[in-house]
Amino acid sequence: MPPQTLDQILEGRRSQPNQLIEVLQDIQGDYGYIPKEVIQSVSQGLGIPLIEVYRVASFYKAFRLKPPGKNVLTMCMGTACHVRGARLLLDQATVQLGVKQGEVTPDGLFSVEHVNCLGACALGPIVSESGSYHHHMTPTKLRKLIETLRHQKTEAHQNV
Amino acid sequence: MSRLNSFRELEHLRQQLREQRQNITTTVMVCGGTGCQASRSRAVIDAVSDELSRQELDMRVRLCVTGCHGFCEQGPVMIIEPGNVFYCHVSPEDAFEVVYQTVMKGEIIERLLYTDPISGKTARIMSEIPFYRAQDRQILSQNLNVDPCSIEDYIVAGGYSALARVLTSITPEEVIEEIKSSGLRGRGGGGFPTARKWSESRAAPGDEKYVICNADEGDPGAYMDRCVLEGNPHLVLEGMMIGAWAVGARKGYIYVRNEYPLAVKHSRIAVEQARGLGLLGDNILGSSFSFDVDIARGGGAFVCGESTALMASVEGKVGEPRPKDVHTALDGLYHKPTTLNNVETWANVPSIILNGSSWFASKGTQGSKGSKGSKGTKILALTGRIKNTGLVEVAMGTPIRTVVFDIGGGAINGKLVKAVQTGGPSGGCLPVDKFDLAIDFDVLYEAGSMIGSGGMVVMDEETCMVDVAKYFLTFLQDESCGKCLPCRLGIDRMLEMVTDITDGRGRPEQLDLLEELADTVSQTALCGLGKTAPNPVLSTLRYFRPEYEAHIREKKCYAGVCKALITYSIDPDKCNGCGVCLRGCVYGAITGSKKQAHVIDAQLCQKCGICRSECKFDAIQVV
Repeated sequence: MPPQTLDQILEGRRSQPNQLIEVLQDIQGDYGYIPKEVIQSVSQGLGIPLIEVYRVASFYKAFRLKPPGKNVLTMCMGTACHVRGARLLLDQATVQLGVKQGEVTPDGLFSVEHVNCLGACALGPIVSESGSYHHHMTPTKLRKLIETLRHQKTEAHQNV
Repeated sequence: MSRLNSFRELEHLRQQLREQRQNITTTVMVCGGTGCQASRSRAVIDAVSDELSRQELDMRVRLCVTGCHGFCEQGPVMIIEPGNVFYCHVSPEDAFEVVYQTVMKGEIIERLLYTDPISGKTARIMSEIPFYRAQDRQILSQNLNVDPCSIEDYIVAGGYSALARVLTSITPEEVIEEIKSSGLRGRGGGGFPTARKWSESRAAPGDEKYVICNADEGDPGAYMDRCVLEGNPHLVLEGMMIGAWAVGARKGYIYVRNEYPLAVKHSRIAVEQARGLGLLGDNILGSSFSFDVDIARGGGAFVCGESTALMASVEGKVGEPRPKDVHTALDGLYHKPTTLNNVETWANVPSIILNGSSWFASKGTQGSKGSKGSKGTKILALTGRIKNTGLVEVAMGTPIRTVVFDIGGGAINGKLVKAVQTGGPSGGCLPVDKFDLAIDFDVLYEAGSMIGSGGMVVMDEETCMVDVAKYFLTFLQDESCGKCLPCRLGIDRMLEMVTDITDGRGRPEQLDLLEELADTVSQTALCGLGKTAPNPVLSTLRYFRPEYEAHIREKKCYAGVCKALITYSIDPDKCNGCGVCLRGCVYGAITGSKKQAHVIDAQLCQKCGICRSECKFDAIQVV
């Protein structure tokens, strides 16, 4: 992992404990998760005890402590999506990929997560695929999306 | 643009910008809000922009990428001025026609107009569309003509003149008095009188004070704050500046969910732009007022919508609430007097200053029995099993019925509306026979629900109310910070009982026990979110008790939702053997040959309902 990235993130925030969540958000933005080694550096950089950094990183739902899959499928489980069948989508994704919520497929291609609301309620149910939103989702659309993503990755791999 | 050193320089800039735009003959406003972006509005914007360049119209046609227009279901949406022409479901392929016909020739493209599914009539302009007709869009309408990333647009539209007026001619006490007579109450959920918070904070001793904008919209099913912050961040900033002037704060924070990337981005840009013009910083507009704002991103914890937890989070700590014996107005962020208001509350402030408190107070309800009523308008996120979903702004006092049926157009697929859930996890479910109730803080509270932040999720006969209670309990169990026992364990035990009921193990005496426990949690939990956590259970028990009883006594879920109480089968008369369900079943529980009626193997079926959602012939039965 490139250490300068972390240095850049900590730039101007050193010894400012109130910047902890901001720093962790930026780290996750770059690395996709909060690596163990980085927690140590954050603790030193901001002057916060290691246990407190870990406490914050594990308290907030937004932070992952393990690396996610290449494609992160996030199911919105907000009320509006719920009453329009968001649970079917979670079933579809977990059964099709053979993983539980929060897990990564053995090939590292997919992880399935949930979020309590993405705020695009009028278009529910919503599935976010690595940040881009798919609206009015149905199990069939999701199945095809997963197949397309898997195919893309295989193709990309073959081209290399 | 350089720093503005006086009120006069602001007015001069406004004049200059308006003059620069005199050559603009047409404005194309395309929604770039999160909803429309999900429907590929970015591609539409690029296509229209390319087309305008190709036709060499860039100089006299302004393409304005705006915040949310509200009618997300119809996105991407576009409005063209003059003529106020409203187009919906616009695709990038339509760009040529939009520019060539409507922009250049003023002709209407019929197929892009909105068609009302009930009357079959097409609407040319927004106000002809039933979804918009009954609304009173005071805040949302300001989204329409402003690019959220352009402070110039905001200034041209009259922005920062409320701030200028306050700084030049109104004392902090007078500002508070004006807000007080307007009757503005907090839009975040509690409905606490805004002026009371402000005057407490102003009177608090000490020079170091803060204002915070709560944009941690954690309620599932609510997204009004996202749209306001994302669509018009300068309006929120201006409100905060006026508040900061009134209470004597020099520093403010916008605490925004990181799940709203566009709101984060736009508020950051707005802060930078305001600093650039000296509207944030030292001696704003040459006055003695100095104020700056930082953006603090949340970490996805629902509890951080609670004021003390939010403040802990701004400090970079774990977001746990603390007892509020002393109000945060006196002892808040870093133990300093802090005024915390929600996005929509702040957004209301500039218009109250400009139009006067009596203008604001003229909308809304009068109140009774000691209540002061609810004034102004409220933005609602109308979603769920309803035809027209989107953001709705109505005057307080509007009946629920108007919102659900006149604006929302009623249930989808010919079903019957059963209930509306308002106020998120702290609110409750109201049945159709309560739909004459007014949207009013006190009225909905009396009825066992609340306006909350403004989420309105419509439910129909295919929604099981016991399952809804279970949904919220699962949410709350997941989100409880765990600090106090009543919330941590009380919700756990309630969820256990409701799960017993949905799984067919329910016992009649559990209903009374549920009510008793819900009551205990309400009375003893530490924070506001804990105290209101039992509301979804209490309100469904109050209005939909027969559904609970059917689950317990008959072991039936008539809505066809609770897996343990239903079985799926295929109606051989309706099934034409198309095979969609067979291919869709993730458990391999469906068999059948082509063009022959298919069969579900009850042993393999996990009752996920995917087949039912996919069947085009309504052949999947749930009993």
